[in-house]
Amino acid sequence: MPHSSLPIQPSDPPSEASDSKIPARAPADGAGTANPLVPSDDDTLARAQRGDHQAFAQLYSLHKRRIYSLCLRMVGNTAEAEDLTQEAFLQLHRKIATFRGDSAFSTWMHRLAINVVLMHLRRKGLALISLDEAMDPTPEEGPGRSFGSPDLNLTGAIDRLALERAVTDLPAGYRLIFVLHDIEGYEHNEIATMLDCSIGNSKSQLHKARLKLRDTLRNTPRQETKR
Amino acid sequence: MTDNRNTMSCADFQAQLPELIGSGADASTHPHLQNCELCRALLADLETIAEAARQLFPIVEPPEDLWEHIESALKDESGGVSPDAEKDEEKGS
Repeated sequence: MPHSSLPIQPSDPPSEASDSKIPARAPADGAGTANPLVPSDDDTLARAQRGDHQAFAQLYSLHKRRIYSLCLRMVGNTAEAEDLTQEAFLQLHRKIATFRGDSAFSTWMHRLAINVVLMHLRRKGLALISLDEAMDPTPEEGPGRSFGSPDLNLTGAIDRLALERAVTDLPAGYRLIFVLHDIEGYEHNEIATMLDCSIGNSKSQLHKARLKLRDTLRNTPRQETKR
Repeated sequence: MTDNRNTMSCADFQAQLPELIGSGADASTHPHLQNCELCRALLADLETIAEAARQLFPIVEPPEDLWEHIESALKDESGGVSPDAEKDEEKGS
């Protein structure tokens, strides 16, 4: 898959039309929700769109946690997450006047940040091409690796920190799909559009990510998996 | 391999699993699972992981100085003029 085939370009604003398909998860930091503490959210946005720097700073305060957390999940390290959060807000500053309000601002901002991360990963040479190979699993990663003793069933025994560590340690391509689908709630068709891959490949890559997590968690010392 | 009484092998079932799960169908009703403990355990684990993921990663606060970096970059982008000064200039003109 050539890099140029990705539909995500730095100058492309998030598509509000496609945003309408994004699951409407409530932002965990309250941004974009009916919060009585920020009754002037719309006014703040309007002022920021007119170039009011203080209003832009307020938008940063409202959205910084969610955007930084998203970046951190997607790339798995704090230094990159900081750089990407900065780039996301710089992109926001350049594009905010183009926001028409067809979708929630938080949704639009979220999508913009994802695009920034995807561009970054592409520049780093993330082998998203592996998505195309997902339907041809290697002997090390294929179905045969899925077998395990029933007594190692994970049900009810997953420690949150152990799972977070396991997700962080996933190969970048797997982590990307897992975060977008299982954590951020995007559907396979949305991920396929974002990553310019087939829906089947998105499903396959997610499955492999979960299998890898399962392997990792099963190999985690038991004292670390107990709550 | 599990001695299941269905025609589908575990390998065949697991090869179909990504599509089966991804389609949103209830994979637990698949005939292969009626007699295959290993594949039932696998499916249960994968569902547990997916469910646990929804509770993952609390919202994290970025470093306090990140905004200063952003402001500095905004200043650079505007040719060295601070965003505030730029706005003041617009008001004055």
